[in-house]
Amino acid sequence: MPLSTSSNFARPDDAFRAIVEAHRGLTEEQSADFDAALVLILANHIGDIDVLREAIGLARRRMIDDQQQQQQQQ
Amino acid sequence: MAPANTHQAKTQFGYRRHPDQDRPGPRPAAHAVVIVGAGPVGLSLAIDLAQRGQRVVLLDDADRIGEGSRAICFSKRSLEYWDRLGVGDRMVDKGVVWSVGRIFHGEQQLYQFNLLPEDGHKRPAFINLQQYYAEAYLVDRINELPEIDLRWRNKVTALEQRNDSALLTIETPEGAYRLNAQYVIACDGARSSLRQMVGAEFAGQVFEDQFLIADVKMTAEFPTERWFWFDPPFHAGRSALLHRQPNDVWRIDLQLNRYADPVVEKKPENVRPRIARMLGHDKFEFEWISLYKFQCRRMDRFIHGRVIFAGDSAHQVSPFGARGANSGLEDAENLSWKLDRVLRGKSPASLLESYHTERSAAADENIRESTRSTDFMAPNSHQEARLRKAVLSLAKETEFGKRMVNGGRLSVPCSYDSPLSSLDADAWRGGPSPGCSMLDAPVSTRAGEQIYLTDAFRNGGTDFTLLSFSNGAPIDAPDGIKGIRIGGEGGLADPSGLAAKRYAAEPGSAYLLRPDGYVAARFRHPTRSAIAAALARAEGLY
Repeated sequence: MPLSTSSNFARPDDAFRAIVEAHRGLTEEQSADFDAALVLILANHIGDIDVLREAIGLARRRMIDDQQQQQQQQ
Repeated sequence: MAPANTHQAKTQFGYRRHPDQDRPGPRPAAHAVVIVGAGPVGLSLAIDLAQRGQRVVLLDDADRIGEGSRAICFSKRSLEYWDRLGVGDRMVDKGVVWSVGRIFHGEQQLYQFNLLPEDGHKRPAFINLQQYYAEAYLVDRINELPEIDLRWRNKVTALEQRNDSALLTIETPEGAYRLNAQYVIACDGARSSLRQMVGAEFAGQVFEDQFLIADVKMTAEFPTERWFWFDPPFHAGRSALLHRQPNDVWRIDLQLNRYADPVVEKKPENVRPRIARMLGHDKFEFEWISLYKFQCRRMDRFIHGRVIFAGDSAHQVSPFGARGANSGLEDAENLSWKLDRVLRGKSPASLLESYHTERSAAADENIRESTRSTDFMAPNSHQEARLRKAVLSLAKETEFGKRMVNGGRLSVPCSYDSPLSSLDADAWRGGPSPGCSMLDAPVSTRAGEQIYLTDAFRNGGTDFTLLSFSNGAPIDAPDGIKGIRIGGEGGLADPSGLAAKRYAAEPGSAYLLRPDGYVAARFRHPTRSAIAAALARAEGLY
């Protein structure tokens, strides 16, 4: 099963909001710790190494693209 | 420091002049096989080859068995190999048997694992035994075998590759001499001088964190289990390992930081308070102290002309996983039968290439596993440390977190994606597939004696063996294959049904086992031609 990138939540704003609120009031350090745990929990829930690798690839590609765009704008 | 090794095993040996050193004329003595290095791998390989009828010269630059316990965990697979070499009982009788490991975080146990949770195996998951005992028992066995010529204080100082041999220059207390060998097997350890002589690189990863390894003698009530701590109260922020050996000796590993001064840290007066904090007392004596930085690396090619590398000379791993000595022993059992066949002209020299293919893939697997363990113990970055912290925290209440905690993944036999294997032509659900190691199971002889499949395999003489499950009809097997038959008239009985179960066997099923106990092929309906084809493939004949 490939990584699903179509919108899976009936109410995407609720999902985004839930994650945002979980970070409210946390220090940078706490936020990073929290994210690390959340990533591991979700990765295990997916339970498919190919999907996980694809997700890692997508996140990495976006990060690099964004960095390049920023550099071009400067 | 000198080992407090006053036990019965002989560890000191004398140099003896050999007639090869006084050979007149310009032509040096010629031998089929010269093994360099009398550690566990070289000693075991020499015995294996000798039992196959090969004459072996075994050289070692020292005159004694190495100091310190060094390797201590010997796997089920290694014990089964040593059974075939006639030393298994002695190792197991002296060793401490274990199969349970516990992982702690701080004071809390995160989880425990059992490496052999089922009955019906001749050998346990692991024994712990000081390497010097293992070597001493192997040397004793060698002394029973006239085919092996073990020469202490013989140091190889030069190597010259010829077309069909290698010329060695050997330094002794009484001067140098030369030997010509059809094959040289380099079992001379991680700092292999033969590797330098063939000009091969030894590339890989160096881990910056240092580990203090101490063997201490004390009477203690800890169970015979492997205990591993992350961030223990007695050694904050780092990891620790406690493991029992025979004679009330305990192996303790403590992770130190990468900037620790090795000379200072190794001093007994500095080690003592660390260990005392761990144990809660200081009623112990040191047997051995060492400080390590781990490396995970391998040679690109295990075969260089007429020189074949085995054990640490070819590949090096970190110790968390018991993959060093055990993988070296797997090298030996993989190489021995192939070299024997090639020397007898029964298989082409290209069969040896499968040694490189199979064992370098195994080395990659061992390096991958031990690198992951070491990285987990000593995270490389702040973010890696953060992810590890998350895993350790999740492990307190989730099963998946426990299984991600990596305090060492212990050695199991590799499976080979091998040119010697024949792919399954039939449907199998379970059982060892081609390229996997045979599985043990209890069986009984016609006389009612309970033995194990590994015994039956060994008694057959560790040649190619057809393990078949009777359906009443005789099997039409090619000549020259040993047979182990389960069930039927004259066959071994399988009263527990475990043999059939572990091999997912139906009446009529058969497995072709290689001389090293690996599955070459398996058949639901074995025919003479199918078995012969699989045999030829496994023999490297095409």
